[in-house]
Formats: sequence, C-alpha cells, structure tokens
Amino acid sequence: MNEKLDITLTVNGRSHALGVEPRRNLADALRDDLGLTGTHVGCEHGVCGACTVLMDGRPVRSCLTFACQAEGAAIETVEGLADGDRLHPLQQKFWELHGLQCGFCTPGMLMLAAGALRENPDMDDEEIREVMSSNLCRCTGYQNILRAVRAAADVMRAEGAQG
Amino acid sequence: MSWIGRTLPRLEDPALLRGLGRYFADLARGAQAVKFVRSPMAAGVITGIDLPDPEDIRGHIFLARDLEAGGVRPVQAVLDRPDYRRVPHPALAGARVVFTGQAVAMVVAETEALAEDLAEQVFVDIEPEDPVISIGDALAEDARPVHPETPGNVMVEGAMRTPGVDQAFTDAACVVELNLRSQRQTAMPMEGRGGVADYDAASGRVTLYASVQMPHMLRTGLADALAIDEGLLRVVAPDVGGGFGSKMALFPEYVALVWACFRLKRKLAWIEDRRENFLAGSHSRDQIFSVKGAFSAEGRLLAIDGDLRSNVGAYSCYPVTCGVEPLMAFAELPGPYDFAHYGVRSRGITSNTAMMAPYRGVARPMLTLTMEQLMDRAGAKLGIDPVEMRRRNLVTKFPHTSPTGLVFDEASYLEAMEAAVKIADYPAFRARQAEARAGGRYLGIGLAVFSERTGYGTPAFAARKMAIVPGYESVDCEMGPSGQVTLRIGASPHGQGLKTALAQLVADRIGIAPDQIRVIAGDTDATPYGWGSFASRSMVIAGGASQFAADKVADKLRRIAGQLMEVPPETITLGDGLAMAAGTNRSLPIGDLARAIHSQSHRFPEMEPGIRTQGFYDPPGTFSNAAHICEVEVDTQTGGVRIDRFLVVEDAGLLINPMIVDGQIAGGVAQGIANALYEELIYDEYGTLLTSSLADYLPPTCAEIPPIEIHHMETLSPETVTGAKGVGEGGTIGAPAAVVSAIMDALAPFGVEINTIPATPDRIRAALREAKGPAR
Ligand code: FES
Ligand code: FES
Repeated sequence: MNEKLDITLTVNGRSHALGVEPRRNLADALRDDLGLTGTHVGCEHGVCGACTVLMDGRPVRSCLTFACQAEGAAIETVEGLADGDRLHPLQQKFWELHGLQCGFCTPGMLMLAAGALRENPDMDDEEIREVMSSNLCRCTGYQNILRAVRAAADVMRAEGAQG
Repeated sequence: MSWIGRTLPRLEDPALLRGLGRYFADLARGAQAVKFVRSPMAAGVITGIDLPDPEDIRGHIFLARDLEAGGVRPVQAVLDRPDYRRVPHPALAGARVVFTGQAVAMVVAETEALAEDLAEQVFVDIEPEDPVISIGDALAEDARPVHPETPGNVMVEGAMRTPGVDQAFTDAACVVELNLRSQRQTAMPMEGRGGVADYDAASGRVTLYASVQMPHMLRTGLADALAIDEGLLRVVAPDVGGGFGSKMALFPEYVALVWACFRLKRKLAWIEDRRENFLAGSHSRDQIFSVKGAFSAEGRLLAIDGDLRSNVGAYSCYPVTCGVEPLMAFAELPGPYDFAHYGVRSRGITSNTAMMAPYRGVARPMLTLTMEQLMDRAGAKLGIDPVEMRRRNLVTKFPHTSPTGLVFDEASYLEAMEAAVKIADYPAFRARQAEARAGGRYLGIGLAVFSERTGYGTPAFAARKMAIVPGYESVDCEMGPSGQVTLRIGASPHGQGLKTALAQLVADRIGIAPDQIRVIAGDTDATPYGWGSFASRSMVIAGGASQFAADKVADKLRRIAGQLMEVPPETITLGDGLAMAAGTNRSLPIGDLARAIHSQSHRFPEMEPGIRTQGFYDPPGTFSNAAHICEVEVDTQTGGVRIDRFLVVEDAGLLINPMIVDGQIAGGVAQGIANALYEELIYDEYGTLLTSSLADYLPPTCAEIPPIEIHHMETLSPETVTGAKGVGEGGTIGAPAAVVSAIMDALAPFGVEINTIPATPDRIRAALREAKGPAR
C-alpha cells in the first residue's frame, strides 16, 4: 500500500515528476509535494469546495481526486490564474467588491467560477448562484462573491468581444 | 483629503487572491504529523490504554502520564466568584473522559498517513458512566455530577433581583411567558484549528504557528501550563481562516503539541480534520431562556423575571471562562429597553459535551430573540402594533443605566428603527401580505432592535471577575528613514480587514497614504502585548491605540519640520505626504523629515533620534445599535422558509471603511440566519455527536442567503477616541430575532409560536400541527 507510483502532473502549464502513494489525493500532492499551498483544504470530504481546482478546464474537488487520476490532465490552480502582475478579472472583481474576508474559501471560489465561466460565459444571475452554491464561505454572506462573479463575467465578455 | 470614510480596497487582498496567503498548514512542510486519539464515549473512567508493541511503533505515542511526568499542568480558567466551580482541564485525559472526542493520546509519526495508522492501533478501555448531555439531564434531581468539583452541575451562576419585581407582576395588565431554546451551534470557520510547532536548536525556543485569535494570551497560557519561561515561546497567528470567537480559547491540543515539540526537538504539525473540529472544537448557544415579562395596559415593560440556562459543556474555556455566555446573558438581557425591575438568575451548566467558547454574538442572539419576542407577544395580547410597542419601550435618553448597572452611551435605537420601518414600507407589505393570504400564501415581516456592546476594555472584563482580565491594546508605531510607517499591533485580525482600516486611520493623522503604512500583527516576537481580535473590539481599541501612537509621530514630524523651516511647530500641517508651514508657501516632504531625524540626528539636539512611538488604549466600552427587518414566505405544507428581504439599519458610529463595515454586517447576518433556520449540533442520549460533517451541520450556501440591504446612521461615540463603535457581531445578534418574528407574523392566522431555533421545516410543521388555527 505504501508503494509509490511515478506520475507526471501538469500544473499551470508546467510538468512535475512525482512519486506518490496511490492513496494520496490531489490536494495533498499540490500542497505538500509541489508547495502550491494556494489550494486549501476545508473538509476533506467533498462538501466545502475550498480545494476546487480545474482539471482539463473543469472544476473538481481536489480532496476527492487521487493524484494519480490527474496524470496527463492539465491542472490549473489559483497560483496560475493571474497573468503575471495582472490579476485575472475574477481576482480583480473579488478585490474591488470585497468578495473575500479571511480568504480561506477564496481560491476555491475563484477556480469554481473560472471553470464555470469557461463553460458558459453567458451565465445569468440565477445560473451564477446555482453554480456558486456548491462552495461554502463562512465570512462574507456570499452576496459580494456573487456580485464579483457577475462583474467579472461582464468584463471577460467585453474583453472577449474586443479581442 | 481624508482617508477615513472611504471604500478603499483592502491591502490584505492581493496576496490572498493569488493563493499567496500563509495559513498555518501552509507552513507544515517537513514537519512530522501529530494526531490525537479521542474518546469514543461521553463519560467514563479510563481503565486501560492498549498500545502496540514498542518495536512496532514507528513514531511516538504520548499519554497523560507522560505529560504529567514532563511537568505539564492542566489549563485552569479562573473566575474569582464564590459561585464559580473551578475544574482543571488536562491536556490529555488521564483518569476519566468527560466528552466524546476528548483527546486521550497523542501520536507523532513521519507522515499524516502513518500517524493515522498509528493512532488506529491505540485502544482506550473505558468503564462508562451515565452521560449527562442536556440541560435537563444536568439539572435533574438525581443527576450525576459531571465532575467531582461540580455537585448540581452548575459551574457558574449570576443572579440579582430588584425589590420591585414581584409588585410589578402583581400590578401588570399583561404577563408574557416565554420558554425559548437555542440548539447547540458552532462557529465552523472554514479553516479548522491546528498548529505547526518548530524547534530552533540554536536558541532552544519553539515557535508555534497556529490558527488563533489571541497569540499573546495563548503564549501566556501555554507558558503557564508548561511551566516554562514565556520567552522560550513565540506564537504566530499567520493568515487565519476565520475564527468568530471559536479560536480565542487555549485548547489542550496546543499544550500537548508544544510540549512534544520541546521534547522531540522536531518540527511538528497538528492539522485537525473537520470531524475533530465538530467533536472537539468549541460549541455555543445551547441555551434555554425561561423569561416572564410584565407589561402595563399601555404596553410599557415593567419588569422581567427570568431563569437563563446555558449548557457550557465539559470544561471552562481559557481565558474567558464558562461565564462568557451565562454572565453576558445575565448582564445584557435588558438590551435597549427602558424598564426598572429585574429578577434574573443565569446559570452555566456543565455536561458531558464539548466545551462552550464564544461564538459571534455569544449570548446576545438569544437575549435579543427573548426581548423581541416579549415585545411582539405582549403587543399581540394588548392589541398594540409591534413597532409601537418598541417605540414605547426603547431607551431614548443617554447616558442610560440599565437595571444591571450597565451604562449605555449615545445611540439611535428609536431613530434606527424608525428609519428601517420607513424603508421597509410596512403599509405596502401589509397589503401584499393580505393579498397573498387570500391566495393561501403566507408572508410575514419581523423586526429586531438591539444594542451591541463593543470595544470594552479591562473595566468590563474585571466586572466579570476574570482572573485574566483582557481589554487594553498596545501599538508601536515607527516611521523609517524613507518615511514609511510600520504599525505593530497587539490585536490579531483574521479576515476583518483591520490592517486596511488602521492604515486609513493612521494615514489621516500623519498625512501620508495608507499604502505607505505596513501593519504587523499576530506575532508575539514582533508586536507589543495585546489581547487579540474578538468581541467587536479591534477597530475601537486597537484603533484608539493606533491613533494615539500616530498623533505622537505627527507631533514629532511637526517639531522636525518647524526646526528645519524655522517656524513654530504648531503652524505645521501634515497632508498629502508634505509638512506645510501655515501662511507660507513652504513645505517639505515628510520623507525628508524622516530621513533627517535618522541620518542627521546630530542637527536635532533637543530630540531623540528616529521616530518611534507607543499608544495604549483601554476604553470603558460603547454600544453599537441596529434595527433588522426580515420578510419571509413560509410554505405551510413543507414548513420551509424563504427569506424575501433582509434589511439592516446600522449605527456603528464613525465608519472608517464602509465597504469593510458592510462586509462584517452581511457576514454576520448570514450566520444569524443560519442560527435561525439551519444549523444545529445534535448529540444523542449517549453523547455521540450525530452531526460531525459539513453535510450534516447544514451551513447555508449562497442559495439560502438573500441579499442584505444595509443603511447607516453615524452616532459618534463619546466613549471612544475615534468615534468608531465596533461592528463585528451585530449581524449575528439581530438576525435570529428578526427571522423568528417574521415567521410568526406569517403564521399568525394559525396562532403558531416558534420557541426553538433553528426553526427547521420539521419544527415549523410540528408547530403548525399543534397550533389551534383554522383547518387547512
Ligand atoms: S476540502 Fe475538498 S471539498 Fe472541502
Ligand atoms: S472569506 Fe472566509 S471563508 Fe470565505
């Protein structure tokens, strides 16, 4: 059981060779093996969504995903969201609209929204609320998170239309 | 141009948004893993602990006897009151266990997985005792004492009775009797408890990085428990993923962790899982309030007679003690209402359940629910509109002394309510309600008016007779040679945006921009002694201390500028990064002044070199206030409640950063709604916690929490130097009362009473079945 598997994880465009136990989950591999501690662990049982990352563009709970399942997939974490010094529109709007307090749920919220907007850039408010209801936040009362996702979606659409 | 009052984006956020925050678990690389073996039973005598064969142990297993042999003492939370029963809280249970989840053994192994494997091989034999779980169990005639020290199971009791109480009840035109219950809840921060303890061989010191709200106090408590020189310990609260009061306590796991770190001289990490947080973190609000109110025919409240019971669990939390809920309930029940006669007994009752510790609002959500239900139900009996009931009873003259001796400073209880009522537009709502009812739909509106005692210093805590009296704050302020400011604070924010708000405050006093002010918090090596962040205190107290420290910096800058420009210091004004001499067009950049006093100090023989100041503040306390109005629709078939509108008119005094204030209110209201409708911890009769995952505890998501509409009034407090009042807890305090009031208004045709929160669909259906209303 303690035998290690050699895998390659592609995270934020860089590939990393790792030896992991089959039982190691993706959240732990990202945090402990790769030092990418932006992905947070709030429950380890798939409820809170703090650990959300993108796997081939789709939001997944990294606490419920084995690291070896992620072999070959393109993984994106919050550390890869900004474009160098330029914050991603989601990050920018969370900042401007006070979509975070303690910041613990924030990486999961950002990645969830990023994945959902990639799949459907035209989400209406009801769809945003539906999607975002899969993650928990204890600080904000959620409203500013929803407003931030809405505002970021608008910016991204406008940017997309231009470019 | 003033920075105060501006919605400045938070200085804290860019790092958090990029995933560059540093929470304690992010610092665990290279650490050995610590796990605790926990009691599967609520009560019993430990008859033996089976360990694996020594040669099979890859790591370490420590028991209570190892800690005792190492000189570790139990944690002792002390209240200096004759009614207080002192119960030592051991780091690991040795002789007996007193709640399910109590730590019995600590294991240390190379990795988390190996530590878990090892923990699974430790078996604790327990001879069970009768578990005492509920308030009813604990107060039963033949109840077994939870501890030898607590016969009758009362750990603390406050009581008073003014002479006129009985007469007032005799004279009353109307008496309302309430029996309200709040189910047990927990703060449930998204980040659990835990710490990384790192041993430094060179100095022999241990640094504990932990998810806590009071690093200085924790260090003092740890040094006492470990009987070591406090200087050997550094406690750091790095980024903390929410606390809400639950991370104020010195949990025994921290004592064991730090002890093991000194002993093994290795870096160790204890990262609790969610189940441990539910089982062995702190609980709150397991309360039953039985209260009678006497009213005149005109609806004036004459007297209150009450018996308040709070289940404080198995231990008294350090340092604030198990008095925090019952004694607050006792002292603050009258709230913003003006009446004379008060006869209340309030008990903290021990049981075989997890320890009670503060949770946002502490006793005030329940006491506000109580007072507001008194107003609503008396109004219904007397035929007086609920808003009018409050008009007739709210305090309007200040300062006001309550029957329990609390002095209320200037506030806007009546004005805030009137503003809220006007914005809510009751007549329009009543019309909608009537129309909906005709169609078989049940809408309701509810009102809560309350005070939020905030920003209180040592006098308030001393009155509670705590052996450790928190309350003041200290701040060190330094301007470096380039004019950059470092503010070191004893408070310990964990999500509130305090660093930004303090930077705004200090920027105005010194005349520079907030982004030139670096605020350092949460590190006992880098900050002056202070009490941390809790009880809606930081903006008031750390803010006051910062203001004093900043004013001294400004004074010195004026003296330096005065000398350099050869004008009297009083004629210098500071702003936009410049020192300007009044009546001239001369100015000097503040950075030049700072450089001069550092690098050319010989030119200022009258002054000490550099610019370093201190500020202390220890205020008596103030009261914020608010009115909440909630509109709901109740589905009488399912018992489900949907919140259609939630309105807050808040008066928190001077607003430093309105965006941050609104964030505190909205987050607080969300927790209050959760208390009112969703969340409860359930123990079965054996003391097994049935709700030990997020899926069972039901914290609300964004699908349940409505938009919160917030309006402000600004009554400046004469009791705080900045004029700001605290605002951390109000949302949570008022929301349950407003929600319950709205549900009862919706179900008024059925005569339904809601007496227990959370008002879950099951409870609402049961209340509808019991109510004698029209048949449906
Ligand atoms: S940590 Fe993965 S869902 Fe909570
Ligand atoms: S910001 Fe603290 S949990 Fe969401």
